[in-house]
Amino acid sequence: MEKIINIGEYIELAVDWLTDNFAPVFDLIKNVGNTSIEGIEWLLVTTPFYVVIALIGLLALFKAGRGVAIFSACGLLLIYLMGFWVETMESMALIVFSTVIALVQALPLGIWAAKSERVERIIRPVLDLMQTMPAFVYLIPAVLFFSIGKLPGAFATVIFAMPPAVRLTALGIKQVPADIKEAARAFGATNKQILFKVELPLALNTILAGVNQTIMMALSMVVIAGMIAAGGLGEKVLEGINNLDIGLGFESGLAVVILAIVLDRITQALGQSNKKKVVSLSNIFKRK
Amino acid sequence: MDAGDIKIEVKELSLIFGKKKAQALKMLEQGAGKAEILEKTRCTVGVNKANLQIKTGEIFVIMGLSGSGKSTLLRCLNRLISPTAGDVIVNKVNITKEDNKALLETRRIEMSMVFQKFALLPHRTVLENAAFGLEIRGEDKEQRLQVAQEALESVGLKGFENQLPSQLSGGMQQRVGLARALANNPEVLLMDEAFSALDPLIKSDMQDELIELQEKLKKTIVFITHDLDEAIKLGDRIAIMKDGVIEQIGTAEDILKKPASDYVKAFVEKVDRKAIITAGSLMFRKPNTVTLEKDGPESVLRKIRESAFEVLPVINKNKVFEGFIWLPEVLKAKKQNAESIKDFITTTCPSVYPEVTVEEMLPLITNTKSSIAVVDEATGRLLGVVTQTSLVIESTRFNKEEIVELKEQASEQ
Repeated sequence: MEKIINIGEYIELAVDWLTDNFAPVFDLIKNVGNTSIEGIEWLLVTTPFYVVIALIGLLALFKAGRGVAIFSACGLLLIYLMGFWVETMESMALIVFSTVIALVQALPLGIWAAKSERVERIIRPVLDLMQTMPAFVYLIPAVLFFSIGKLPGAFATVIFAMPPAVRLTALGIKQVPADIKEAARAFGATNKQILFKVELPLALNTILAGVNQTIMMALSMVVIAGMIAAGGLGEKVLEGINNLDIGLGFESGLAVVILAIVLDRITQALGQSNKKKVVSLSNIFKRK
Repeated sequence: MDAGDIKIEVKELSLIFGKKKAQALKMLEQGAGKAEILEKTRCTVGVNKANLQIKTGEIFVIMGLSGSGKSTLLRCLNRLISPTAGDVIVNKVNITKEDNKALLETRRIEMSMVFQKFALLPHRTVLENAAFGLEIRGEDKEQRLQVAQEALESVGLKGFENQLPSQLSGGMQQRVGLARALANNPEVLLMDEAFSALDPLIKSDMQDELIELQEKLKKTIVFITHDLDEAIKLGDRIAIMKDGVIEQIGTAEDILKKPASDYVKAFVEKVDRKAIITAGSLMFRKPNTVTLEKDGPESVLRKIRESAFEVLPVINKNKVFEGFIWLPEVLKAKKQNAESIKDFITTTCPSVYPEVTVEEMLPLITNTKSSIAVVDEATGRLLGVVTQTSLVIESTRFNKEEIVELKEQASEQ
């Protein structure tokens, strides 16, 4: 069918123009980004696997309870035994990096959107676009800007994973009861004091739910980013598909699922344990 | 009223919600009504040219039904809402002209507020909540927790410091709200329907405690309520608002006895007058009396005849109330040719102080046939007498149908 409007052409032109004129900027971002990701990777890979498992297990124990702790330790051990440890840590490094970058942008944006109706009206359709666009599409500009490798993977991941954190931060802050904010104002609180002493603490659980969502979306995107040589578990999954290797595909897929469950349960519990405030050791062992 | 006594003065204060404020204000100044302004400018008049003077150390109650503008007026006092026109002067400083920084200081130091729905921070302990105002003000942690602790103790919350607000009952949560306000040690307390969310028994307790606290603290309290009984119980003076207009300002008795408008009248008829009218206001002043040292049986008899009462109160030369003398006793004294009536007076009769209410006096009349003497608390001097007839009339002033009708009339408005 004949194209009457060619939006793609304009997008292409814009991307070309950006790559032509901002190549040094992209290079700088790429270098800094790759160095950071490799740093996190180095830390996770060189630390002995049993130390990593023990640390994650302990975190799970204190924040999410005994069941999650046992599952985390066993699951991660299984990954190690299947021989995917290095790939899993690579993926983890990419998730950590992408999540941090996404949150650094998402939290202030979310706060801004909560405070200004106009900002929210502008941001909302952009977030819709970011979330509904097939995830693969982000890989194209990522490669054009940064060629292939880990940083373009992180770039695509950040775009895909940011929206829930923005939305839930805005929602959390908007849900803070007006009378509590008014009380703070009546006691002479400045806007900054209201934000840090009232709004953010009261919105914390909702914001943490957003963080959890961002991490989960980052994980799913990191796997897709395997297609542009971002490394990690995604590359193993891809290898399994390309070679029609059911065994490899299933094993690497299973590693992704385990990683997803571990990350999800622990980050979810962070939001909930915040409500209970103090969880003593004895309670953890009594809990089912 | 001495100008030095005035803590808060509100002058010609108006507040208009809506877009065409200027036009609405102009109409207001020309005397247009709320409905007319709403129709022509689509602006709502929240407060309409309010004037108030609140004295240092008094509990000033602003009362009205919902939508009367009472809460809006309160919020103009610390400028949570900025008035459209007029002035609010606190401690001789015009709050309406203060810049942002000065306004924050005023809120931090001079005025604290207590809210209807408590408005506590759910993630903080009771102690941290009580210290919130001091934290905002920038006091160091040790200092503010200590002051908050003292404030909590003063409202009877010792031992609850480390609980979360959600673990406390409504009454206790509002105590935390009160402690939070008191911890700042402000001169002015703004209380926005502070007890309205509590159940009646707790509410009454809290009112009693507030009165008790006020005896010690002597703050200037501006108390908002929709409950006239509460207003009368707490208020040294009461302002009644309707549709943004202050209809009447006065003491509870002023308002009950001389309602300034039909609205106020309908409102006050709902109140149980027995609990408000006092001996002091009901008594017959300067009654005919008999002086113990001066009057012998003959002169007493003459006085009784002149006054057409068969009983007269007896006082001594210092005007201290001694008892009553009845006509038969006087006649008996005359028959016995007694010099003095001393042995013939009835001394086992009730006397009350002027602030005793009709409700409290009613049981007394079952034990005596005479009037009830009203005496000064300090000196024992006779101030007047309350006759049994007036007591009965006052307590049964309205029959049941009348009261029902008046109540309906009041709630319709």
